[in-house]
Amino acid sequence: MTDAAAVRVKLDHAHCRELLRQMIRVRRFEERCAELYTKEKIRGFLHLYIGQEAVAVGVMQALTPDDAVVATYREHGHALVRGISARRIMAEMYGKQEGCSGGRGGSMHLFDAANRFYGGNAIVAGGMPIAAGLALADAMQSRAGVTACFFGEGAAAEGEFHETMNLAALWRLPVLFVCENNLYAMGTALTLSESETDLRTKAAGYRVPSEVVDGMNVVDVEAAARRAVAAIRDGKGPFFLECRTYRFRAHSMFDPQLYRKKKEIEDWMKRDPIVRFRDWAVAAGELHDDDIAKIEAEVAAEVADATDFAEKGTWEPVDTLTRHVGAEARA
Amino acid sequence: MTVMTYREAMREAIREAMLADTRVFLMGEDVGHYGGSYAVSKGLLEEFGPGRVRDTPLSESAFTGIGIGAAMGGMRPIVELMTCNFSLLALDQIMNNAATIRHMSGGQFNVPVVIRMATGGGRQLAAQHSHSLEGWFAHIPGLRVLTPATVEDARWMLKPALDDPDPVLIFENALLYNDSADIAGEPTCDIDRAVVRREGGDVSLITYGGSLGKVLAAAEQLAAVSISAEVIDLRVLRPLDEAAILTSVAKTRRAVIVDEGWRSGSISAEIMARIVEGGFWTLDAPLARVCSAEVPIPYAAHLEAAALPSVERIVSAARAVLGR
Repeated sequence: MTDAAAVRVKLDHAHCRELLRQMIRVRRFEERCAELYTKEKIRGFLHLYIGQEAVAVGVMQALTPDDAVVATYREHGHALVRGISARRIMAEMYGKQEGCSGGRGGSMHLFDAANRFYGGNAIVAGGMPIAAGLALADAMQSRAGVTACFFGEGAAAEGEFHETMNLAALWRLPVLFVCENNLYAMGTALTLSESETDLRTKAAGYRVPSEVVDGMNVVDVEAAARRAVAAIRDGKGPFFLECRTYRFRAHSMFDPQLYRKKKEIEDWMKRDPIVRFRDWAVAAGELHDDDIAKIEAEVAAEVADATDFAEKGTWEPVDTLTRHVGAEARA
Repeated sequence: MTVMTYREAMREAIREAMLADTRVFLMGEDVGHYGGSYAVSKGLLEEFGPGRVRDTPLSESAFTGIGIGAAMGGMRPIVELMTCNFSLLALDQIMNNAATIRHMSGGQFNVPVVIRMATGGGRQLAAQHSHSLEGWFAHIPGLRVLTPATVEDARWMLKPALDDPDPVLIFENALLYNDSADIAGEPTCDIDRAVVRREGGDVSLITYGGSLGKVLAAAEQLAAVSISAEVIDLRVLRPLDEAAILTSVAKTRRAVIVDEGWRSGSISAEIMARIVEGGFWTLDAPLARVCSAEVPIPYAAHLEAAALPSVERIVSAARAVLGR
């Protein structure tokens, strides 16, 4: 039986503060990353999560430390909210050995064993079979864990999406598939890439139960994720949660955004998940202006500290270049 | 005396691993109810049940990736891909995930998965079921590539492969499944090193997998004309046992490489390059090789036979190197 208490979102002061704080952390961290990219402190590809914060923040509320997370190359937010420190993430962006992947992964490949964070995967849908495999391992070892697998709507065009949905359903694996539908696979609109743009129908084709939620509303996302996780923990197999969201910034730092209209971006920005939730919480009396100022100050200090930590980080000596290809003991 | 076939040896190895360790399970197309496309896993479903002998849909990428994820989650999966041509459908998972995750995660995660597949031609299965792609996989850092050529290696190679904390690919040449031999020898297999299958002093014949039998037959024919050939079975294509290759060549001063892969950009090319880099001054003659013809493997029996390395071509290559 689903425990009703487990699926209810308790919107008291502490929880409202936490939801807002996490979204602001992600936003400010990403803004700093963009700045540092223009200063050439961060290189390679950089995919910002600005606009989509409510999805990672909402879903993570439903997970416990025993659960696992698989994410994509746009995963700074997921990593932060899951519990990897801003310091270690920023150091990874810099390519420093203090980074959460030792400087070997960079922005697209954040990993952390302690938080069961199984990466940033930069092949669209490439992380989906891994998520199903982690879930299979949990099931075969009688562990209660759920694996949350984040991906964009572009993944629905990949074979691995369909293969994995089918197998996860067939074997009733405890996977929460979180589709962050931001309408564009890089620059290709969903309507230009899918004959059927209602993604739930694809889940239904594999008998995977699904729900669509406003991905710009953190409370809705949390509530839906809690319901989904509770069903998965009840042994009902995988669940497909489509979060309708929008990326406010370019796909990466090299994208002139020729594929979408300014007006469209402006319209979506009116639904900014941070502004919406903040205004609601203030109006509801759960948060006050000084709470928000305090959160902003805390976050500013955390981001400054993370940047400072990354700046002071060290470069791995080149003579250990070939480490981590195989087990040390065998090398 | 314990005589068994290569197929039975592989089955026994899987069975033994599953009995010894509950983390080990088998997954792939037709491994259960059908009994394995080459009957390797026949009877295992009945013995271990559908939880540990998992029939999969025709979703190579997903079930290989699930093997990778399950390995990261603490299991020791054995993934069976029906043939190496089908492994191309799972190449994203093998290359972009299995081979890279230890590195990308700065050593935090490892992928102890074993991926088995049939390889090689000679059965008139034409150009989508007959190729030898093990040399391709040997290009990829982060993978170990094994090619059991004997019944003994088929019996004993799986355990060290499962013990390896990193991904291991095992290529089983399909023509070997019916071979039988006594496996009463030492129940171990070194998956780091090549092995000398026949000692000789005039020329080193360097090979692996399905070509070993042909090379040993060629060595026998060469002996009849007083040419003493040393036969090296590489066993492991990655990492290559360069020391074993160079030691043999230093002794014989001549080498012929026999590889069922195509010649261009092949593992045979890599072996020749290593000999030139590390043993150039020990050579008395140019190196030679016998590979598959540069053609998708054809169906017609006489054309297929002409495309694959043969005892005759190996003998003549060795004689040409020796000038006699």
